[in-house]
Amino acid sequence: MLPEHAPFSPAQRQSLAGLITSFTPAQRFWLGGFLSAGAGAGAAPAAVASSGASTPLTILYGSESGNSEKLADLSAKKAKQAGFKTVVKNMADVTPSDLGKVENLLVIVSTWGEGDPPETATPFHKAMMAETLSLPKLRFSVCALGDTSYVNFCQTGKDVDARLEAYGATRIFPRQDCDLDYEDLHAAWLENALKAFGPASAAGSNGGAGVEVISSLDLSGFGLGSAAAAVYDKKNPFQGELLERVLLNGEGTAKETWHYEISLEGSGLSYQPGDALGVVPVNAPDVVEGLLKAARLKGTETVEISAGVSKPLADALREDFDITALSRSILTKLGDLTKSKKLAKLLSEQGADQFRDYLWGRWIADAIRDFAAKGLPAKDLVSLLRKLPARLYSIASSPLAHEDEVHLTVASVRYHAHGLDRKGVTSTYLADLVQKGGKVPVYVNENKNFRLPDSADTPIIMVGPGTGVAPFRAFVEHRGAQGNAGKSWLFFGDQRYTYDFLYQTEWQDHLASKALTKLDVAFSRDQPEKIYVQHKLTERSKELYSWLQDGAHFYVCGDASRMAQDVHEALLAVIEKESGNTRAFAEAYVEDLKKTKRYQRDVY
Amino acid sequence: MSEPKPLAANEGIKTRSNYLRGTIAEGLADLSTGSLSEDDQQLIKFHGSYQQDDRDLRPDRRKHRLEKAFSFMLRIRVPGGVASSGQWLATDAIAETYANGTIKLTTRQAFQLHGIIKTNLKRTMKGINAAAMDTIAACGDVNRNVMCNPNPHLSSVHAAALKTAQDISCHLTPSTRAYHEIWLDGEKVESSEEEIEPIYGKTYLPRKFKITIAVPPSNDVDIFANCLSFIAIVEDGKLVGYNVAVGGGMGMTHGNEATFPRLADVIGYCTVEQAVDVAEKVLLVQRDYGDRTDRKHSRLKYTINDRGVDWFLAELNKYLGYDLEPVRPYVFTDNGDRFGWVEDENGNFHYTLYVEGGRVTDTREYPMRTGLREIAKIHDGDFRLTANQNLIIANISSKKRAEVEALLEKYGMAQSHERSALRLSSIACVALPTCGLALAEAERYLPTVLTELEETMEDAGLRHDSITIRMTGCPNGCGRPFISEIGFVGRGPDRYNLYLGGGHAGQRLSKLYRQDLDAAEIRETLSPILHHYAKERTEGEHFGDFVIRSGYVAATAQGNDFHRNIKPEATQG
Ligand code: SRM
Ligand SMILES: Cc1cc2nc3c(=O)[nH]c(=O)nc-3n(C[C@H](O)[C@H](O)[C@H](O)COP(=O)(O)OP(=O)(O)OC[C@H]3O[C@@H](n4cnc5c(N)ncnc54)[C@H](O)[C@@H]3O)c2cc1C
Ligand SMILES: Cc1cc2nc3c(=O)[nH]c(=O)nc-3n(C[C@H](O)[C@H](O)[C@H](O)COP(=O)(O)O)c2cc1C
Ligand code: SF4
Repeated sequence: MLPEHAPFSPAQRQSLAGLITSFTPAQRFWLGGFLSAGAGAGAAPAAVASSGASTPLTILYGSESGNSEKLADLSAKKAKQAGFKTVVKNMADVTPSDLGKVENLLVIVSTWGEGDPPETATPFHKAMMAETLSLPKLRFSVCALGDTSYVNFCQTGKDVDARLEAYGATRIFPRQDCDLDYEDLHAAWLENALKAFGPASAAGSNGGAGVEVISSLDLSGFGLGSAAAAVYDKKNPFQGELLERVLLNGEGTAKETWHYEISLEGSGLSYQPGDALGVVPVNAPDVVEGLLKAARLKGTETVEISAGVSKPLADALREDFDITALSRSILTKLGDLTKSKKLAKLLSEQGADQFRDYLWGRWIADAIRDFAAKGLPAKDLVSLLRKLPARLYSIASSPLAHEDEVHLTVASVRYHAHGLDRKGVTSTYLADLVQKGGKVPVYVNENKNFRLPDSADTPIIMVGPGTGVAPFRAFVEHRGAQGNAGKSWLFFGDQRYTYDFLYQTEWQDHLASKALTKLDVAFSRDQPEKIYVQHKLTERSKELYSWLQDGAHFYVCGDASRMAQDVHEALLAVIEKESGNTRAFAEAYVEDLKKTKRYQRDVY
Repeated sequence: MSEPKPLAANEGIKTRSNYLRGTIAEGLADLSTGSLSEDDQQLIKFHGSYQQDDRDLRPDRRKHRLEKAFSFMLRIRVPGGVASSGQWLATDAIAETYANGTIKLTTRQAFQLHGIIKTNLKRTMKGINAAAMDTIAACGDVNRNVMCNPNPHLSSVHAAALKTAQDISCHLTPSTRAYHEIWLDGEKVESSEEEIEPIYGKTYLPRKFKITIAVPPSNDVDIFANCLSFIAIVEDGKLVGYNVAVGGGMGMTHGNEATFPRLADVIGYCTVEQAVDVAEKVLLVQRDYGDRTDRKHSRLKYTINDRGVDWFLAELNKYLGYDLEPVRPYVFTDNGDRFGWVEDENGNFHYTLYVEGGRVTDTREYPMRTGLREIAKIHDGDFRLTANQNLIIANISSKKRAEVEALLEKYGMAQSHERSALRLSSIACVALPTCGLALAEAERYLPTVLTELEETMEDAGLRHDSITIRMTGCPNGCGRPFISEIGFVGRGPDRYNLYLGGGHAGQRLSKLYRQDLDAAEIRETLSPILHHYAKERTEGEHFGDFVIRSGYVAATAQGNDFHRNIKPEATQG
């Protein structure tokens, strides 16, 4: 057995121990050498790389929450080891025509909103969809990041892939679409794509044997994918103690918003205001029960959760798999298993609308009840499921104000649909399953696109209704700790003034201490007509514009589906009105705010 | 001659307020808090509103990182307690949209709305004024809502009395523009004392001032608890003038014998035409002689108690420039309401509805607020609030009666008064959770006490005997407990002082019988006395008189002996 202090989760320790004992001495020797070489899964052994002639390779990424960016860096490292002369580029910094000079191109891009590109990649994507270029000499392959629980799965990756083809470029390896558990798929894609590119790939294939062995061990699944990556990540989170939990809504409310304080002591983890915290949940017992019942299984059956690692089904469903989120890919797999006509019809094109309606508010268990009434064998059930994804939460604290702690503001997702009380996995894992003093598996997810201005004197405008207020609590605490030089203005909103004014007493203190300069609030359910933050922006039009003219940064956090758009509209209207200029001017003004990083959004 | 005592803090606030403006407007704009500044909290009372917080929620708010659950109570003036159907509907709609969904009918014939948050205060004020009602001077150191007996039987007299009430109310309404500026977006005007407050001046009165008009034999408005009252003198069916009574009040403070309830003295008689002038001059005497150094000693009752009734009458006559005539004979029989249907001399019908604790609300079993809304929609007469927190659906024409009756039936209000006479003679003040001064429950608790006492009343065969019974959450006496036959006054959570011996017509103060009783002790203490009363009362003897004759308590002659002759056992636990 591995020692307790080894930087692995209990699950990992167990499976590793199992593996290691199964190795021949030769294998262990090789593995030791391989790992100490600082390489990771899917990488060619360092020795081999040097023998490769150096082929130029450009790795282009578009990223919102950093996954694609991390994969791009990881890919670059691997490519170098495989002997490529590699450069990494962010879509934010290039235009499609820049690709004219590129020979070999790897693209890694995610999809956001409802099939939109990441914020910073929007101009590139727009240009690409508009322009027609001719790039016959370009050879490329695309890795698309996404989430199968969204209807427009990996849309941006698909767009880029299609456009490059339209430009006459050569797809040297097929596009890889990845769900939230993208590590393995990316590793395989990268390995094969590198092979497909010219000379260096000869070297690459020498390492093939090694690659084979490793990837079948699936160590990438254990987060050793990149030696550079933080010791604590999604696959190997830090067990942070829950120090405090405070319900932020008063008695009489219709909401359930929690404030959590988690200890990072001893983790070596650090963060800045604007970063997010990843929380790795487990599924609730009653939800596991529900699925077992639907599939007519006991839970004692043994299943393989990844190559060579097995455990009882009930544990696997609790710890390892996403057992609720329903998606087209799951229904498709289920269709193949059950040959259900009903399901086939639902999945068919003409059934598109019914399909969307069907997904709404339903879980995997519902689908099994509907289309596999007789139940499923444990193996088939598991074959439907993806890994249980972690969730991100905007960090609500400043490290300057709370050393070794990280705070979150989390709305518990609870709803009733199709005759069942349902709940969100992670928000209710925190609310229902973690007691004060208990441990929460977490990791820090950097967000370079949501940062306080470099100068503490620059005024900031923060629009954060509901849990969108979280990062602004961090911002204001940070400004306070820095001696609160610059002016700050918070727009907050929620349902009811009396019950849902999140952190009200803290804002009052910050106003008193001048860490916060202005506060405007909008509560939607206190009067017959709905009042939202965007209405307050419009009301404050004149002053808002003068703040912007004084160089204020404009931040928006929270609901992506409606709020972010409405606030964006309100902002354009304010600028148009106060500048006395045209709509086009306002749009250019806002574009410029974005380019100069004075308009930043963290919406979900 | 010793140092003059410094003025009470509120005097400074009034002086600085620029005729009640203060910084209310600025305070309303600051939404980081649901409250107003200390000074503005005093000032908005003059505008008819009190800042409160939900005391049920107090313990947990800080835990949730929220300030107290602040909200505002609004008191809508209803001179003489008469409101039109339209005004009823408007009040009902506002209660639903901006308040806590209930309407409180107060012991001074006004409407109160509770739970209005700061962001809605202004639009609520606008709504009220749009319905031709207002809240100005419903509270504060000014003349309050003028009460008037809503007695439907003698309508011509009532009409005349009501007119006097409304004239007085108009004449004594503050004339500052602050109210319109702040709440109704009225344009600002420069202020000069004469034009602004010809009667009050910039410091207004030392304290609240209360006026009523009674039409004997009913003393439902409890004239003896008011600063100034007019007792209608009716000669062969016509109103000829009023007896004038001054210096009544209820409020006192536990453990402070310098504070006490006091009965008004009937000092003279004036004609109907003189009434408004007399009201003004009584108020002016109090404005000039009332104690502005101590708010616990600033009501007219103390001015008169300290200087004597004769001094007051002499001073008043000076202010009037003529003498009040001698008091004319009058008789009060009781201070309760007459429930159910009556027909008046013009052939109009009136239905008096029992409203428990004056709280008009909907429950699943009893959708009273909805019922009254439906009635208001078709009612061609008016609504009259009684000083006992009940409601008269008044002046129903004969052609509408059937329709109204059907609605009363439909919403379970037709039998509202088929309750024990004890319950029908009860009053409970608001107290918890909204009243900031409450020491114990009242409105939410008295019904339970009554249910328990009703058993005893049944056993004793007293089901139909009316005994006035009132409960307040503190000794301020908003439910006028010190002139009821049985009075409960809160001292702490589930701790009440029991007062006995008040006059059935509100003409005599009660006296402390037991201290700090809890629910069980209240029952144990009262049951034997009630049984004793049932057995040994003389013909037509009221409970308040009986307990004195039987020696349970000594009679209280006037306020200054309210705290005297208390039996030792009363205070020894
Ligand atoms: C609503 C009402 C009781 C009810 O259940 O109906 C009421 C409710 C309050 N009264 Fe009263 N008083 C009410 C009639 C009375 C009466 C009865 C009367 O006037 O006939 C009295 C006794 C007579 C008197 O004035 O002596 C009364 C004597 C007081 C006092 C004591 C005054 C004194 O000088 O002793 C206070 C406290 C104060 O003024 O400092 C008070 C204060 C209050 C306040 C505003 C508490 C406060 O100051 O913060 C209560 C608001 C509670 C709430 O949440 O609504 N209230 N109050 C009555 C409204 C009358 C109206 O429409 O204007
Ligand atoms: C960068 C970032 C920052 C974030 N910051 C925060 C934060 O600070 N605070 C915060 O609370 N959240 C935050 N989120 C959202 C958070 O990550 C989770 O998405 C959220 O907590 C829900 O996760 P869950 O596991 O509880 O619910 P899940 O198990 O993921 O369930 C959510 C799903 O349930 C379904 N659903 C939900 N409600 C209904 C309904 N009424 N009817 C039908 N179906 C419904 C929908 O399909 C929805 O997608 C952030 C997200 C991102 C990407
Ligand atoms: C608010 C939100 C919206 C998303 N919308 C989509 C979508 O429409 N389609 C999709 O395939 N993935 C969607 N995703 C999933 C992301 O693409 C996925 O999390 C990806 O790993 C993010 O990579 P990045 O960090 O490089 O941006 C969404 C994620 C979030 C949080
Ligand atoms: S009597 Fe006391 S408790 Fe009752 S309403 Fe008046 S002030 Fe409040």
